[in-house]
Amino acid sequence: MQRLRLRLVERPSPSLYLKLLISASSVLLALLLGAVFLVTSGVNPLMAYGKLFLGAFGSRFGLIETVVKATPLMLAGLGVALAFRCSFFNIGAEGQLYMGAFAATWAAYAFSELDAAFLLPFMLLLGFLGGGFWGMIPGVLKVKLRVNEIITTLMMNYIAILWVTHMLVGPWMYEGFPWSPIITEAARLPNLAGSRLHVGIFFALIAAVLIYLMLMKTRLGYEIRVVGANIKAARYAGISIFKTIIPAVIISGGLAGIAGMVQVSAIHYRIMPGLSPGYGYTAVVVALLGKLHPIGVIASSIFFGGLLVGADMMQRAVGIPVALVNIIESLVLLLIVAGEFLIRYRVSFERGG
Amino acid sequence: MKEVDEAVQEILTEIFSTALVASALRLGTPLILATVGEIYAQRSGVLNLGVEGMMIVGALVGFIGVNITGNPWMGILLAALCGGAMSLIHAFLSITTRSDQVISGFALSIFGIGVTSYIGKKWIGMAAEAGFYPIYIRGLSDLPIVGPILFSQNVLVYLAFFIVAVSSWILFKTRIGLIIRAVGENPEAADILGVNVYLTRYLCVFFGGIMAGIAGAYLSLAYTRQWVELMTAGRGWIAIALVIFGMWNPVWSFAGSLFFGVIDSFQLRLQAVGIGIPYNLLMMMPYVLTILALSSISTTALAKKIGAPTALLTPYVRGEKT
Repeated sequence: MQRLRLRLVERPSPSLYLKLLISASSVLLALLLGAVFLVTSGVNPLMAYGKLFLGAFGSRFGLIETVVKATPLMLAGLGVALAFRCSFFNIGAEGQLYMGAFAATWAAYAFSELDAAFLLPFMLLLGFLGGGFWGMIPGVLKVKLRVNEIITTLMMNYIAILWVTHMLVGPWMYEGFPWSPIITEAARLPNLAGSRLHVGIFFALIAAVLIYLMLMKTRLGYEIRVVGANIKAARYAGISIFKTIIPAVIISGGLAGIAGMVQVSAIHYRIMPGLSPGYGYTAVVVALLGKLHPIGVIASSIFFGGLLVGADMMQRAVGIPVALVNIIESLVLLLIVAGEFLIRYRVSFERGG
Repeated sequence: MKEVDEAVQEILTEIFSTALVASALRLGTPLILATVGEIYAQRSGVLNLGVEGMMIVGALVGFIGVNITGNPWMGILLAALCGGAMSLIHAFLSITTRSDQVISGFALSIFGIGVTSYIGKKWIGMAAEAGFYPIYIRGLSDLPIVGPILFSQNVLVYLAFFIVAVSSWILFKTRIGLIIRAVGENPEAADILGVNVYLTRYLCVFFGGIMAGIAGAYLSLAYTRQWVELMTAGRGWIAIALVIFGMWNPVWSFAGSLFFGVIDSFQLRLQAVGIGIPYNLLMMMPYVLTILALSSISTTALAKKIGAPTALLTPYVRGEKT
């Protein structure tokens, strides 16, 4: 009996156009599949997505909120992308964000008498170090003991969140609420245009440029790319895996830490539960949808920032749980993964026995 | 001083009691159920990081199933089917389209968390209509020490014992086990000998999904008997760690999951006794322990050259290697 057989031919060098096409259709298809959930909730998906889109991009307020939400996603997403570039699967951005926020908040309390000109850079540094330290631990364990970083970075998320919760119901508890005291004026990042928009977005954009330059123009960046492409070849070429992966994960965690610092210093003015509604996990999706490229990360973080803002509006307007965003995120990931297949292979069917 | 000593003594006996061991078994059961499934998937060469997502979906579906049908076994069955269905997505992506297993599994975990908090809202705070309760065996349950530990558990705990024994026997003593291990170690050779590599991997991943679903339903039907958002609390990830910790052997992983059960119930008991260590710091114990356990095992495993299945994470491409 004759039957159709799948025939796969590897594409030597897939074009940028094809990659963009696949990414865009992954997003569209994810939204389409997400609509199934809206229908089962008895909501007209066109109307719901309309609310979502208008909520995110249809007004000055929406646009500002989109950028505000995109800021931590961009910072943490750049970090995740950098770690993934050297094949270190850092899914611990959530914990790194919280530890960065914790360290920065500590600095704001301990040096509250300092001027903003000194205090803010110091908080930024501590935010970076807090997240970087949290990223370094799984890095060292991976390189020195070959401990699987996927598990350790995830476990470190739980530990970081429990640590911050401990501080909030213990030493830092304020007026009986599980949140810390308000930080002083000097510890707050300046706002822009009299709105919630703040200078954190410039941190994120500068970080994107620096990461790009580092990856493409420096020795460390080159070594990160070689280690990511082929770790055996990197060893053979005399590249130190330790000296490549450790700086990469420190910067990776540090960027997530800065995201945490920004949330404290520009948005909440304190550390509190729900400081991050899963920004660290969304950052993984941001990095992958952005194809681990700084420009891609900027674009995809704005998309997911908008999705978060729009979903908030949609929840208020038609009562759809914000968790729809998580569903769409996971669908985007699954479709990107499946799309890789179409990027790598030319698929055709042939008749065979 | 004497009074203090007595108080300490009392606390210690309260903590290190038969009840500790009994609850360790109860808490270790969901871990071992998920771990056994993941061992099969990984032994066949597929890493499934979606366990956390399949467990949380199993927990919600099991709970809903029981509240609709009133039959706890229907809850388990539905949870198993949903876990299995999710695992087939992972199987398709990692086996057929040769996609990145890490990302696919991670995506399914996010999906499980998202979809359960989307659907699960209205089930929060309800009690399960039925569930699995500790059994009472006349004579045996009243025995000192072994009575409360071994003869007063719920049925699923015994089912877990049974599954560990059978899965270990199949994996190491039967032809099926040989085929699974061959597919994970050297799929080319297995293919030449006439083994269907793709089918074997599909079935192993599917089995892993079923077990993860059951493990989740255990939490909502036997452990808490209610639905709580995010109630798996990272147990799916700990199960994956236990696979490595148990060196891909169900029996060793069983020992590991009991150890985690002890730590978990020890931690709960410390909280209850109120020994002065803050609650949130005690809650860190299983996560810290996971990292420590993986760090210790990776060095010994290297020394003994017992590592992951050779073909783990490598998609099999038929007929391209000649």
